[in-house]
Amino acid sequence: MNAPQLEVTALSKAFGGIHAVDQLSFEIEAGKVHSIIGPNGAGKTTLLNLLTGVYAPSSGSVRLEGSDVTGLEPHELAARGMARTFQNLQIFFNMSALENVMVGRHLRERSGWFTAMLRFPRLTAGERESREEAAELMRFVGVGEYIDADADAMPYGALKRLEIARALGSKPKMLLLDEPAAGLNPTETHDIDTLITRLARSGVTVVLVEHNMRLVMGVSDHIVVLDYGRKLCEGSADHVRSDPRVIEAYLGSEGLAAC
Amino acid sequence: MNWRTPRTGGLALLAAVIALLPLALVNNYWYEVAILIGINAIVCVGLNLLIGYAGQISLGHAGFFGLGAYGSAILSVRYGWPPAAALAATTAGVALLALVVGRPILKLKGHYLAMATLGMGIIISIVIVTEDRLTGGPDGMSVPAFTLPGLTLAGERVWYWITGAALLAAVWIALNLIDSPAGRALRALHGSEVGAQVSGIDATRAKVGVFVISAVFASFAGSMTAHYSGFITPGKVSFFHSIELVTMVVFGGMASTFGAVIGAAMLTLLPQLLTILKEYEMVVFGGVMIATMIFFPRGLLPSLMLALGRKRK
Repeated sequence: MNAPQLEVTALSKAFGGIHAVDQLSFEIEAGKVHSIIGPNGAGKTTLLNLLTGVYAPSSGSVRLEGSDVTGLEPHELAARGMARTFQNLQIFFNMSALENVMVGRHLRERSGWFTAMLRFPRLTAGERESREEAAELMRFVGVGEYIDADADAMPYGALKRLEIARALGSKPKMLLLDEPAAGLNPTETHDIDTLITRLARSGVTVVLVEHNMRLVMGVSDHIVVLDYGRKLCEGSADHVRSDPRVIEAYLGSEGLAAC
Repeated sequence: MNWRTPRTGGLALLAAVIALLPLALVNNYWYEVAILIGINAIVCVGLNLLIGYAGQISLGHAGFFGLGAYGSAILSVRYGWPPAAALAATTAGVALLALVVGRPILKLKGHYLAMATLGMGIIISIVIVTEDRLTGGPDGMSVPAFTLPGLTLAGERVWYWITGAALLAAVWIALNLIDSPAGRALRALHGSEVGAQVSGIDATRAKVGVFVISAVFASFAGSMTAHYSGFITPGKVSFFHSIELVTMVVFGGMASTFGAVIGAAMLTLLPQLLTILKEYEMVVFGGVMIATMIFFPRGLLPSLMLALGRKRK
């Protein structure tokens, strides 16, 4: 077995006296689809915020490709190949859809102040390339029709995918999706399903936080189940589905029958 | 060249206005008003990068303006530096100061950032008033004309063209910046700071960068004012001038470079036009401000553009 891409050891985050994430350890393997599931308030989004540097952990460590990345800033983790989307969209509504995706390419662009202010010719060439690639990414996630639109004129389902396009702009090694199917209709959810599978096939590691069990069970290679900030169990979809603790804590016998 | 883009079209329009305006400037008084508009516009174009685009606030930019004015004045009067060298050294000094001050205070957000920049502006103002051996204190100090080897720049007409050229350059630089990766990073910070950070944008670095640029714009405009007017007083360094500058940016329209120019023009011109009302001047001025913000909530230019766009559809 290969060394894990991401190694989480005894990771904890407390808000006041509440342990949102408590002594959590697990590993993420490159190129696979990993899901993190659990009841509401289990600490899934907190975990994603810890992994992407939005929160600093109270204790524990995170190693990315063998090096310690605990407590790094979000932009530093982005530079090491991490990208994410948000449960409650973090779209730049003051910009066009295309510009949103172009921001995703920030790390791969010439962002020098003087080059920008004096508009050196090399900037113009880079801008053209950036625009073309951003448009390509928008088509890839299926929002090609909004290339000329302002972000605030787009419907919810399209914004969800626009955020994925922005995240892909950095050519990430690992993509963390926080409830990509929340608020979407079944057709749109199916499209997200297809998109995740395509991403995984192209070599991007996907970490998925999602409530839609059909989606999770369908696409995941590996599932971590959280409850009260702790790991309840982990394994393949079949393994998790048949674990009695999971059934009790989360799915319920009826919920299980549904998936 | 696409003349229909706001960039090229707007720059051409601004250049045309600057070129043709002297036809309407009947005497030196109106030249002075025009120069004052240009100088305020340069500060506002810079300040708008910080406020309108990056979504940060500064209630202390009159401080940077004052440092530019007094830096140029002190170096050329007290130390006998050639004005060009004084200008360059002052601009570099203000940039450095903004960098040092900006790092800690731009970690603050919203009201707290407003308070911190307010404090910074007030400290600069107090230092300028109390260091009277260098600055002349509340009485101000006189400044020699701007000279280059074999050339003295003096008189309203000369300074009109200098100010016009400087304003065009300032607008060009601002437009370039906004439409670049660095500028997109600033706008992204305004849209969603956490969204920008996870996209790889170093928020502190970007905020401090735009803070320094806006401070340099203000400082440069201050240095220009010192040499053009030949006499400076601490009035332009005061808290009230900082507020005035922010008001111009908001009035003209945030996140619009040409809006900042229009805001500076309107709010510089309006008091001059209202002087005929004598003691009612400030009442009408305030009334115009309130009415504008009610009927043009996005500021003058963006609201007008939006209305025009709707009509066309």
